[in-house]
Amino acid sequence: MLASLSLILLCQLIGEAVVRGLGLPLPGPVLGLLLLLILLLARDRFALLASGPLGNDGVESASKGLLAHLSLLFVPAGVGVVQKLDLLASHGIAIVLVLALSVVLTLLATVLTFRLVSRLLKQRDAQ
Amino acid sequence: MKDYPFSLWVYLSQSPLLWLTVTLLVYATTDAVSLATRRHPLANPVLHAMWIIGAFLLVTGTSYTTYFAGAQFVHFLLGPATVALAVPLYENRKRVVSSIVPMLVALVVGSVTAVVSVVLLAQFAGLPRDVVLSLAPKSVTAGVAMGIAESLHADPSLTAVAVILTGIMGAIIVTPLMNRTGVSDFRARGFAAGLAAHGIGTARAFQVDEIAGVFSGIAMSLNALVTSFLVPLVVTLLVR
Repeated sequence: MLASLSLILLCQLIGEAVVRGLGLPLPGPVLGLLLLLILLLARDRFALLASGPLGNDGVESASKGLLAHLSLLFVPAGVGVVQKLDLLASHGIAIVLVLALSVVLTLLATVLTFRLVSRLLKQRDAQ
Repeated sequence: MKDYPFSLWVYLSQSPLLWLTVTLLVYATTDAVSLATRRHPLANPVLHAMWIIGAFLLVTGTSYTTYFAGAQFVHFLLGPATVALAVPLYENRKRVVSSIVPMLVALVVGSVTAVVSVVLLAQFAGLPRDVVLSLAPKSVTAGVAMGIAESLHADPSLTAVAVILTGIMGAIIVTPLMNRTGVSDFRARGFAAGLAAHGIGTARAFQVDEIAGVFSGIAMSLNALVTSFLVPLVVTLLVR
């Protein structure tokens, strides 16, 4: 468990260091995600890697533990709304309406595009 | 000794322990209620934890800075949790690779819709320019969105609030909306949830279906990438 958690933190640390060092416009943890994914894929190739946190479901169970309560992690930032009560009093309704409409449009655009493209591909494969 | 309870409160209310405990206890309660309602969208645990803790801070006159000194330990885990998304991604790699084309097209269309729609709607609603800029990156996860806001000289703390509100509204609306569109493909539904509503949408997607959760996590990571490039571009083109 401890080794698995260390591995996750190490991936994030390397991610942050590379992003800062090279001035990449992407978040450090996303690079950390890619790194852990590469490690897991490499493990399938090289049996040598299947030890420590990468063996016996170590990093897998630690990750699932972290993801089990993903919503909890947004609560501290969300409580920050108490600092914005003046702005919400003057523009709150407009802000909430704008965000709500935009999220509906985004959900629809994404899901319908995904379905359309996967259907087109299926038709092409069937021919 | 009369003022003993008060001095105890003064001591505890300044310590990280109290606010960390409050955060976990309130969330454990709202999560239990969400489970008891069989994960009803309106029983969203983040939404209810947010206003309960917020009201508690206002009633006790506690500043957000004091609260955050305790809650930061939870907030910090957002980064490691993003890294941890590698595991469900790895376990479902075959399904992911086979849907790579629809995913990438939906990513581009979705990201552009997210940024352009919020910028246009916010200007149409007559919101001040700095508010428009702060709302622009609202569909990506909090840490990334705040970074984008900083680079635009907008208000990162307002961006954080917009991000959370977007996430909660997305998580509440996604299931009924998708049922209405008649899309039953959990890859597509999950991808949309993660793209529009980042981590809170992903948390919701994992509650509904494992495949939806995986695709939601991918959408959230990819969108963080695309939006970092897209927001500065859209802002220069569309914001007056």
